[in-house]
Amino acid sequence: MTKNVLLVGVGGQGTILAAKILTQGLLEAGYDVKMSEIHGMSQRGGSVSSHVRYGEKVESSTIEPGAADILVSFEKMEALRELKFLKPDGIAVVNEHEMPSMPILTGDAVYPKDAVEEIKKHVKTIVLNATQMALDLGNGKVANIVLLGTIIKAMKLENIDWESIVKKQVKPAFVDLNLKALRCGMDAVNL
Amino acid sequence: MKYLLTGDEAIARGAYEAGVHFASAYPGTPSTEILENLAKYEEICAEWAPNEKVALESAIGASIAGGRAMASMKHVGLNVAADPFFTFAYTGVNGGAVIISADEPGQHSAQNEQDNRNYAKSAKIPMFEPANSQECRDMVLESYKLSEEYDTPVMIRMTTRVCHGKSIVECGERKEVAIREYVKDAKKYVCVPANAKVLRRNLELKLAKLKKYSETTPFNFEEIKSDKVGVIASGPCYHYAKEVFGEDASYLKLGFTFPMPDDKIRAFCQKVEKVYIVEENDPYIEERVRYLGFNCYGKDLLPKYGEMTPDVIKQGFFGEEPAVIAYDESAVVGRPPTLCAGCPHRGFFYELGKRKNVMISGDIGCYTLGFAKPYNALDSCICMGASFSIGHGAQQVFNMTEDKKMRVVSVLGDSTFLHTGVNSLIDVIYNNSNAVSVILDNRITGMTGHQENPGTGYNAKGNEANMIDIEALVKAIGIKHIRTINPNNLKEVSDALDEFLALDEPSVIITKWPCALKKFSKEDKEEFPGAFTKKMVVNRDKCIGCKMCMKCGCPAISFDAENKKAVIDGIQCVGCGVCSQLCPKDAIEWKED
Ligand SMILES: Cc1ncc(C[n+]2csc(CCOP(=O)(O)OP(=O)(O)O)c2C)c(N)n1
Ligand code: SF4
Ligand code: SF4
Ligand code: SF4
Repeated sequence: MTKNVLLVGVGGQGTILAAKILTQGLLEAGYDVKMSEIHGMSQRGGSVSSHVRYGEKVESSTIEPGAADILVSFEKMEALRELKFLKPDGIAVVNEHEMPSMPILTGDAVYPKDAVEEIKKHVKTIVLNATQMALDLGNGKVANIVLLGTIIKAMKLENIDWESIVKKQVKPAFVDLNLKALRCGMDAVNL
Repeated sequence: MKYLLTGDEAIARGAYEAGVHFASAYPGTPSTEILENLAKYEEICAEWAPNEKVALESAIGASIAGGRAMASMKHVGLNVAADPFFTFAYTGVNGGAVIISADEPGQHSAQNEQDNRNYAKSAKIPMFEPANSQECRDMVLESYKLSEEYDTPVMIRMTTRVCHGKSIVECGERKEVAIREYVKDAKKYVCVPANAKVLRRNLELKLAKLKKYSETTPFNFEEIKSDKVGVIASGPCYHYAKEVFGEDASYLKLGFTFPMPDDKIRAFCQKVEKVYIVEENDPYIEERVRYLGFNCYGKDLLPKYGEMTPDVIKQGFFGEEPAVIAYDESAVVGRPPTLCAGCPHRGFFYELGKRKNVMISGDIGCYTLGFAKPYNALDSCICMGASFSIGHGAQQVFNMTEDKKMRVVSVLGDSTFLHTGVNSLIDVIYNNSNAVSVILDNRITGMTGHQENPGTGYNAKGNEANMIDIEALVKAIGIKHIRTINPNNLKEVSDALDEFLALDEPSVIITKWPCALKKFSKEDKEEFPGAFTKKMVVNRDKCIGCKMCMKCGCPAISFDAENKKAVIDGIQCVGCGVCSQLCPKDAIEWKED
């Protein structure tokens, strides 16, 4: 069976790197892998998503509505926006971090108050503050790796040698930090 | 060796393995990464051209000289390059030549949706349609063989998901190909009518041979599993269709779609009871199938626009809606892209948006976002390089009205100016309208991800290059009124607009400040010392909560409604200083280190 992992967030949050490390690990574990992402406009601040699909033989590179096994949202409101892509029995991972979009900054709209509550009503939901966890580790930028850790645990991919894959993808000085972040994310998931 | 590659990376890899000597392109999503990856190979001379026509023409030159050549572009780029494209079919090649067209079904980042398979058919140039990254690599290798064997350029039509989708690719090594001997041959390369008429007739002979190729190439293949349901698909639609129809249906996967394999299509349609056609954009295959006399399901049920992802196919053919979670989505707020914090376009649009009785003729680049709130500072945007000419035409008509009160300000970026905008400026000066033309020079091609251009002083390989002096170029064209200003200084912007809007002659404002995301070159560091090195903060004691600063639309500023104070996000702010000029209380101050 093909498995579907959907990573969503805001431009600049590092979804692409997280998806890249994930696909590299899946490739080395012998899966057929396809990934799709939409990027074009280089300005920061728009919604972004990366679709990762793996299994014995994968056809389409995109995930349909109602088909993701796991939805990992790097930002809270984005989780609510993309929930339609999750399987009704899928898992939602929500980073508690809030990034108000322009209409909210200008006072034309308000940031949704009960996003997490609404999601929890419908699916199994893991809520964590990956951004804070990353800051506690000393670098807010590795929030994406914390969230990658949640995917690894939730999708039962712990057997892959992530350490060697992370080493190939990040600068030597950051390997330890990234491995710690990965561990943090894995520990945050108790299914 | 196996790699996980995007389609763009796989095209570059295929070109490398095929021994390509020369490649040229103009950036455009989703094709940009093809040339970016080609530039990494030492063996290939890979260049950014000022526009797609120039890119294709230099590739044609490289081919005539005997090298293997590639030109790549986004779908609308082929409109710009259409002139050489059509006649290149007549002359054919010396060294193999491949043109990549990256189409955008669903318009993820484009001003229109067009099906460039029609170009291949219309220009009579053979065409491949890869479905995944492996096919991208393989089809490039095959295209060069085909190009040299049949003496024709070859087009590869990609789409966004193929360009940016990653899948596994089995790669080989580069095989050096000798540069072919150059032989002067006017009958082949000089397209005067006498020669071109002969070439036109020969083209039909070539096409007849290519038709035979189409019938036998393994890139057009059948998978017969059922005599009930047969699906004909090309590109990624083949994979989408498989998700819907599964392994039990029969497929005719078309990877070479001009000329079409009529016999193969006939044979397939006779083997199955029902034929479904899945393709993106126009009913290109479908029309052929119907012309051959077969009934089928296709665009009568599926949308003629957008991507044909599995959910769209299920909905269109079978009326099946996906089972999704029913939840309350009403609280979700949109997240449109915005000009970055510190974007040099911000100050200019803030000032321009305040003007009354001004039509603002826009163009394509990051600055197109000037149309949105809070600036509302763009009235039109059609295609690259068009703002000056559209503005000129509009000004000429406004000047025929009785009160003559409408003035035009036309805006475009540095890359867009050097793309085709310079021709439009020649029109403004030659035909002498008083439209104010503005070049927003942020020292880079921003929108498509920061590519070098002829104005930046660097080339596609990152090496130093001759730099076009935009101001000198404008002067040379004959513009008498020119002002180069710092767009972050609102007074400078406003004064320049006041002065030039009062003129009766053509004028040009050049705003010069680097993109906030640009990696500074050593010249940038010299020219803009201290840029983006400091940050600003709100002095909460002085702030009266008037929200004036928010009118510049910087994403680093938000409002703390509880305490009624503006707040600057210290991570995002890059200290452009624009917001501080709007504050009536001087409450926005430089942050002490
Ligand atoms: C014919 C054509 N080619 C390419 C593109 C893709 N494209 C859109 S904006 C842009 C670059 C704009 O750069 P510039 O004018 O310097 O403005 P900036 O984004 O830096 O503000 C390109 C290449 C296009 N839309 N049309
Ligand atoms: S990428 Fe550069 S030009 Fe584009 S919006 Fe951001 S700062 Fe402005
Ligand atoms: S100085 Fe003001 S406008 Fe400029 S980046 Fe900082 S907050 Fe934004
Ligand atoms: S403009 Fe000045 S006073 Fe008004 S909200 Fe902004 S910082 Fe405060």
